[in-house]
Amino acid sequence: MKPRVATIWLEGCSGCHMSFLDMDERLVELANKMDVVYSPLMDIKEFPEDVDVTLIEGAINTEEDLHKVRKIRSRTKLLVSFGDCAVTANVPSMRNEFAPKDVLHRAYVENATLNPGAPTFGEDGVPRLLNRARPVHEFVHVDLFLPGCPPPADAIYYVITELLAGNMPDPGALTRFGR
Amino acid sequence: MANQNVKIVTLVIDGKDVSAQQGQTIMQVAREAGIYIPYMCHVEGLSNIGACRLCLVEVQGQRRLLPACTTEVAEGMVVTTNNERLRKYRQMIVEMMFAERNHVCAVCVSNGHCELQRVAQKLGVTHVRMPYLHPKLPFDASHERFILDHDRCILCTRCVRVCDEIEGAHTWDVRGRGTESRVIIDLDQPWGTSESCTGCGKCVNVCPTGALAEKGRATAEMTKKRQFLPYLTIMREEDWA
Repeated sequence: MKPRVATIWLEGCSGCHMSFLDMDERLVELANKMDVVYSPLMDIKEFPEDVDVTLIEGAINTEEDLHKVRKIRSRTKLLVSFGDCAVTANVPSMRNEFAPKDVLHRAYVENATLNPGAPTFGEDGVPRLLNRARPVHEFVHVDLFLPGCPPPADAIYYVITELLAGNMPDPGALTRFGR
Repeated sequence: MANQNVKIVTLVIDGKDVSAQQGQTIMQVAREAGIYIPYMCHVEGLSNIGACRLCLVEVQGQRRLLPACTTEVAEGMVVTTNNERLRKYRQMIVEMMFAERNHVCAVCVSNGHCELQRVAQKLGVTHVRMPYLHPKLPFDASHERFILDHDRCILCTRCVRVCDEIEGAHTWDVRGRGTESRVIIDLDQPWGTSESCTGCGKCVNVCPTGALAEKGRATAEMTKKRQFLPYLTIMREEDWA
């Protein structure tokens, strides 16, 4: 059976996933070596059990993110913080110096031209913002860190192929914070 | 003209026999021997203060680690500049620098030209283990040509020293303690209102991060020029009479 790999996009811009797609023809090679079992690039709703490797893009920003990341951790053998938002909270953390209600007011009332009004939360609304956007490893154990904004395709390819070969890669030479 | 009375000492750095002039620092001698010791507050051409602790080295017979930038070489010294223990401390120091302020590399004017970013990569820092403080810090854009972004400041005080020692204006200083410390202008006032600032821009060019930058620079556009410093220092020391 091929290794089961998942990717997920939490509080990020999807840039890391775009960089993933930038692996171009190497994607074909990877598709032969692994089964992608969950990803924003495919149509599946529930995060599956028994995943070997999960790449997490994005910071933990809402109650939903937190719920998801805990579930993912419990169902994944090897968790990779994929990109600066997952690793450092990066741009999403720039709201951290303000209270969540002020952030929402700024976005949905002050800067809204159509239907101004902060969203509602909970069952009928959107997921509640956590007090601060934080990196993934502040909530769950992370096995490997792949910094970069976004990590270059070469770094992603290197990390995935090494993991598939059963090695623990050190992507330090190929990427860095802010890359 | 070379001073005939200069005393030469010999010492060992990382197993390598080296000779040096008495009065030189471990940092200087290591650099001449091609041995890299990481640093952040040190910059060639300014006084050394041993504040950032990144250049800590082991000296045989000393229980404590010593900063290479402020420790003078001595006859028979045996120095280790890199091992597991030092790497561990250095990584921790860099992580604390990141955790203390809001260094969002991806959107920083100095992205790609930043000494903190470079040192982090060199030391293999892939993430920060302590929780980020995410402090709320002011931004000073009152000067007509420069900006001061406290989010990126690591309190190396290069700006303070270059302004005092080279420009002679002493516009910069530091106020507060610990995580409350800030670099300040004159009597802690907006940069644009400073009467002592000559607008020379030396502080901007020695700043290792994006804390001081030229106005109008977008992400990754701010490169610093500091080749001028050693020359200026030599010119000041030369006896022209």
